[in-house]
Amino acid sequence: MIRHDKTRIDAKRRANLDYKKRQFAKPEFQKRDFEHRLNYYILPPTEEITLEEFETWAIDRLKVLSELNSCTYRNRSPEETAEYMTPILNKYLPLHSNSSNSRALQDERKKDHYSHFILRLVFAGSEGNRQLFSRLEAMLFRMRFKEDDFRERREFVKSLDLDWEDVSEEEKKQLAPELTAVSGFKKGEEQDWFKVDFTRVPELVEGRKVLLKRGKAYVLQREQVSLVVSEFQTRLNEALELTSRALPRLDEDDRLAPILHHLSQAFTAPEAAYSSSDSNIDGLSAPTAQSIDALAKHFPLCMQSLHNDLRANSHLKHFGRLQYTLFLKGLGLSLEECIVFWRRSFKLMTDDKFNKEYKYNIRHAYGDVGGDANRRGRGYTPYSCQKLLTEPLPGPGQSHGCPYRTFAEDNLIRAVQGMGVNDRDVLNAIKDDKKKQRYHIACNRVFEFTHKKEIRKVKEEGSWSATDLDTILHPNTYFKRGWLLKHLGEGNAGVVNGGEKMEE
Amino acid sequence: MPHSISQESSIDEDFSMPQADAQPIKEETTTQPQDVEMADADSPKEEQDAKVNLEDLFNDDDSDGEFTSSAPSQLVKDQSPEQPIQVTSKSSYSDPEIMRAFYQRLFPFRYLFQWLNHSPTPTNDFAHREFAFTLPNSAYLRYQSFPTADLLRKQCLQLLPSRFEIGPVYSTNPRDRKTLRNASAFKPIMKELVFDIDMTDYDDIRTCCTGANICHKCWGFITMAIKVMDIALREDFGFKHILWVYSGRRGAHAWICDKRARELEDTQRKAIAGYLELLKGGEKGGKKVNVRRPLHPHLERSLRTLKDNFQTSILLDQDPWVSGKAEHLLNLIPDPTLRTALQKKWDSAPSRPSASKWNDIDSVAKVGGLSITPKALVEAKQDIILEYTYPRLDAEVSKKKIHLLKSPFVVHPGTGRVCVPIDTRKVEEFDPLGVPTVTQLLGEIDEYDREKGEGEGDKKDKMQDYEKTSLKPYVDFFRGFVAGLMKEEMGKVKREREDSEAMEF
Repeated sequence: MIRHDKTRIDAKRRANLDYKKRQFAKPEFQKRDFEHRLNYYILPPTEEITLEEFETWAIDRLKVLSELNSCTYRNRSPEETAEYMTPILNKYLPLHSNSSNSRALQDERKKDHYSHFILRLVFAGSEGNRQLFSRLEAMLFRMRFKEDDFRERREFVKSLDLDWEDVSEEEKKQLAPELTAVSGFKKGEEQDWFKVDFTRVPELVEGRKVLLKRGKAYVLQREQVSLVVSEFQTRLNEALELTSRALPRLDEDDRLAPILHHLSQAFTAPEAAYSSSDSNIDGLSAPTAQSIDALAKHFPLCMQSLHNDLRANSHLKHFGRLQYTLFLKGLGLSLEECIVFWRRSFKLMTDDKFNKEYKYNIRHAYGDVGGDANRRGRGYTPYSCQKLLTEPLPGPGQSHGCPYRTFAEDNLIRAVQGMGVNDRDVLNAIKDDKKKQRYHIACNRVFEFTHKKEIRKVKEEGSWSATDLDTILHPNTYFKRGWLLKHLGEGNAGVVNGGEKMEE
Repeated sequence: MPHSISQESSIDEDFSMPQADAQPIKEETTTQPQDVEMADADSPKEEQDAKVNLEDLFNDDDSDGEFTSSAPSQLVKDQSPEQPIQVTSKSSYSDPEIMRAFYQRLFPFRYLFQWLNHSPTPTNDFAHREFAFTLPNSAYLRYQSFPTADLLRKQCLQLLPSRFEIGPVYSTNPRDRKTLRNASAFKPIMKELVFDIDMTDYDDIRTCCTGANICHKCWGFITMAIKVMDIALREDFGFKHILWVYSGRRGAHAWICDKRARELEDTQRKAIAGYLELLKGGEKGGKKVNVRRPLHPHLERSLRTLKDNFQTSILLDQDPWVSGKAEHLLNLIPDPTLRTALQKKWDSAPSRPSASKWNDIDSVAKVGGLSITPKALVEAKQDIILEYTYPRLDAEVSKKKIHLLKSPFVVHPGTGRVCVPIDTRKVEEFDPLGVPTVTQLLGEIDEYDREKGEGEGDKKDKMQDYEKTSLKPYVDFFRGFVAGLMKEEMGKVKREREDSEAMEF
């Protein structure tokens, strides 16, 4: 594993880098030239910078990353994200290409390089933050890679020294029909291909974007972005792991540590997180197994459709059960009541079978059983819209997920009409949203339509603040807000948000 | 059962080489009475636990009964194992007596060991492998592991599991997982890449049977799936050692045993599953096949294979669009004019067979007035063929190393059928309903022994019990498969060793 890492310094040469003397030794490379616009961030910074630069650069990069993050949970397509991000990037982290002849070229790259390493320190602390950081950095890298100048990109890739094999002209001719079928190009258009082991391009294999022959994947040159990015991310993950082990050495430091701590706090948890206050709803007495049917009319479509399927078939498949159980848990149904609910819902099943095959999963979701981590974390968190929108599509016979995404248009419209949406404009807008993959917008549209009287009322009275009526990004928020709106004037016009946010 | 290691089962004897087949059997007869006594002491308790209503268990439409297990409904009286086992039609397939005889006389532990061990001498490939038992009282026992085949066999004879499953090889012995200082040191490092094809996923398009039942007609789905998957795994991914196993009731499992496949990471497994998976969309998702054109070579090839089967297995056998059920087909036709024309035609003759309806699409389209190009219609028809024939995988099983899958050659508790390997060269001939049941096999041993007479002890003992039954071809096939796998692995090890020796100086 690490032992064979080529980058490690040979034992003989290490002698002149005695750790006691290292602080007096002159750094070997004081100033670095950034040859390429893109950067794999392999060598850490060696120059001195001021504390102020340290902080402002980090904050600028943080702004970029947090905007990127918000793009993912707003479910923007890569193109939309790129469009949205361009002005932000230009403002906070501009990076010009070599051909631009910009004078600030080296400074821009230096800032990019340094801020990246500062944020590594900020995020390396916890597993969750490391994942978040590596995901966002990979996204940023991919975006920049895609918009890079073709020639410079090729040079950058060459400098990386990734080993892949070129496909010879002869082989290309031999496989021509199959290669064109994969690339989708018309005949005559020459394309460059290279081949690697299929295990190195899982993303492309999964999407059937490569030709596979006996374990070798033939990859189109333009798909190399996937390879380069996944390599970038693996290296970054390894480096973050190392950073986290080195972090304790900073404990004594009183200049950087406070800044780093402050920065790591600044990155707020995504809004879509389930907040524990969602389960305390004023005026709603603790729900029981019997009351679910009555409450179901306030559920968002994803949960209503699960509920209806459950009632129709007296059964739900695994992921549907999980999604629905967590939602019920999120609205305050206790474990005991939840088990009663499922037991009664699966009415075609013997007690024995239920206890043996289903009860455990429910208890596991509530954190009643399972490993230490699961129990301490009180089970799973109810799924957010982001989670529902990014998980794989349901297979035959399954009914979980977000209906705005999984249903065919006709079925969706029928389902939405079932919720009482009959305005033609709204229905068309929903169709449009679905086409543009803005599923949560469609869902919010339905919510606004079905609650329009109440929303108008609270707006007129001014009893709800604007954040209380912000876009819904969690099924439990949908329920809570819907329930409160429908029960206005029963002494509960109070707070919607608030309380501590729980991390996903 | 570590304490029951008997002196006679020294490693040398048991793992010498496959040729020494006949010997251990003889020795085991001496240990039998002891095993019987121990297990008998348990049996009254088992009987008490046996309150499961079998009918209910098998009516489930969700799982393949994979997680059910029938406890004995009636206990056969004490018998010494030398006497023929009396099999009555009423006795359940996982009766303790039947299971004991099965594990003792028929189950090919030796080849199972060699299969998982990749070498004749015990290695960690086997010793750190997780086994999970489903006990007769339906308890589920995970994280079992065994240093040798013989100890696995002993445990089976003692617990008489109605079935057992095979998990990954872990970084340390699964039995020691709780003694480790940090829990992260215990992680799966290797497992065969597995696939599970189950008839449940075909329920919306099969017309002949429902629920747990199968017939020859619906087995056609599985045959098609095996053909398509096998060729893709071999040609596209370059895997060589692919074992297909009948799941005992209405599905099939694939075990890809190449070293490369065993070492795949979860993301790579997910990628392979994604590559092979085509049908997307749940109950209300509408059209399930959405692929870009030109078709990917893998799909193109699959379509070529499936086209013929579509004519026979789907149009003739399943007849999915007969009387009133054509709505789904109509929904899949992209052109509104064509759709209404067809609807009109079929409404007037609802009992028209599916094959004619399929041909109607073209003949009605010829009349003209279509808003789509002929090419688009061809593509729509291709999509329909794929939707009705392309393999439907339970992809979750394939995506994770830690997923457990039922071992080959165990008995399916519901049907009594042995989970035998399927020879892909003769996949069309495989008959799930003709697979021997455990009771039938035990009967065959007795019959053979009776015919040969009891006197010629020498000759009889040379022969293993499975060779007297219709299980023989399956075990032989498995042995051949394992031998091929071992040969490659051993060759590799040898080469590696030679290489490293050459590096020494």
